[in-house]
Amino acid sequence: MKNLIGLLVSLLLGVLIILTLASSPSFPEFGSVDINDRVAGEYLDNDNVEEVGSGNIVTAIVVGYRGFDTLGEVTVLFISALGIALIFSDKKQKRLDLKFKPNFMLKTGSRIVFGIILITSLYIIFHGHLTPGGGFPGGVMIASAILLLYLADDKFRSNIKGFKVLEGVAGSLFVIIGLLGLVIGTYFLENFIPVGSLGELLSAGIIPIIYMLIGLKVGSEISGIVDNFLTEGESA
Amino acid sequence: MIQYAAIILFVFGLYGLLTQRNIIKMIISLNIMEIGLFIFIISIGFVYDGVAPIISSVSETGLLFVDPLPQALVLTAIVIGVGTTALALAFAKSIHNKYQTFSLDEMEEQL
Amino acid sequence: MTLFDVITSVIGVLLLVLAFLAINSKSLIKSVLFLSSLSMLAVVSFVIMRAPDVAITEAVIGSGLVTALFVFTLLAAERRETK
Repeated sequence: MKNLIGLLVSLLLGVLIILTLASSPSFPEFGSVDINDRVAGEYLDNDNVEEVGSGNIVTAIVVGYRGFDTLGEVTVLFISALGIALIFSDKKQKRLDLKFKPNFMLKTGSRIVFGIILITSLYIIFHGHLTPGGGFPGGVMIASAILLLYLADDKFRSNIKGFKVLEGVAGSLFVIIGLLGLVIGTYFLENFIPVGSLGELLSAGIIPIIYMLIGLKVGSEISGIVDNFLTEGESA
Repeated sequence: MIQYAAIILFVFGLYGLLTQRNIIKMIISLNIMEIGLFIFIISIGFVYDGVAPIISSVSETGLLFVDPLPQALVLTAIVIGVGTTALALAFAKSIHNKYQTFSLDEMEEQL
Repeated sequence: MTLFDVITSVIGVLLLVLAFLAINSKSLIKSVLFLSSLSMLAVVSFVIMRAPDVAITEAVIGSGLVTALFVFTLLAAERRETK
């Protein structure tokens, strides 16, 4: 009986959404959109692109035009990592005993692969304003490299205090750079470093600096989450 | 066609969230809803014969670009979805510590 | 019907089939694996719709992080049940 009511409610919602969007004159057809009618016409304009200096327009929107939303997103990630650390807090912790030993190939292969993953993640973070990528996937790749170290060794525990200090410092530096923009220039997160020419590595003002800070912060947060999932307290 | 598939994926996720009685299946249905929503939002900004919004030199700005604004919004939303899923799984693990089961019916019997 | 329409229709049908299998399967680990492959199909559709930033982010997160967290939760629960 409950299954039938659930099925009817979700079918009703789906039919309502499809009928409303199909008959509305302001919802465009799939693929036939005029960019100059939308806000994106201003973002893709020739003069504005030269003024911001970043080749990747999505990076320019996420860190430049809408940088305050990125600050909110970093706050949400911080709150979720804080909640997980609060749930799994015990006095003395040891590594979770999962009853299978890591393979020999995993133990030796992970030493080479760890270096390759770390270099790739640093490349993606540094070139965030020239090629697709940026701070968020680069930070999660750093956490993936640490996850590989956890999987390859039974008794490994990383330096959690160092990660927490790094995360706090990176987050505070993000806010301090924004406040510097307020002090020197006119608004929060203003670009006060001279913008170079389009397409070089050292260009686009404060955008590479902020992406590097975001990458370090996201990487250390998710490493902390992985460590919390793989340990247990002494009393269990 | 892919817009219809994305909306039906959202409806599947909602049906799974309403009817399943296992906590892990509820978290999986939440993730399915999120994936359907991301595909729908990006399909709003698509332009036929457009290229990805990356400019390498100033002289080639006569091209037709895809709308970059929905992509920036979905980038934020993906990371927030990860935070939500991780916190929900931590709660599920802590519940299993106390009740030794993941199913809501068996938890109601123990109360 | 251009090639683009054919490919998007095939991907759409595969998305719906995988979602149905993920919700209605009996074992939990199979549902988690179906969710991971659903995420991979979403990455393919992001690349087709010319969004490389979103595709890289979803590929790293969907395959590396969310699947690993699900598997760690299920392994810890199974270990406690057989103790």
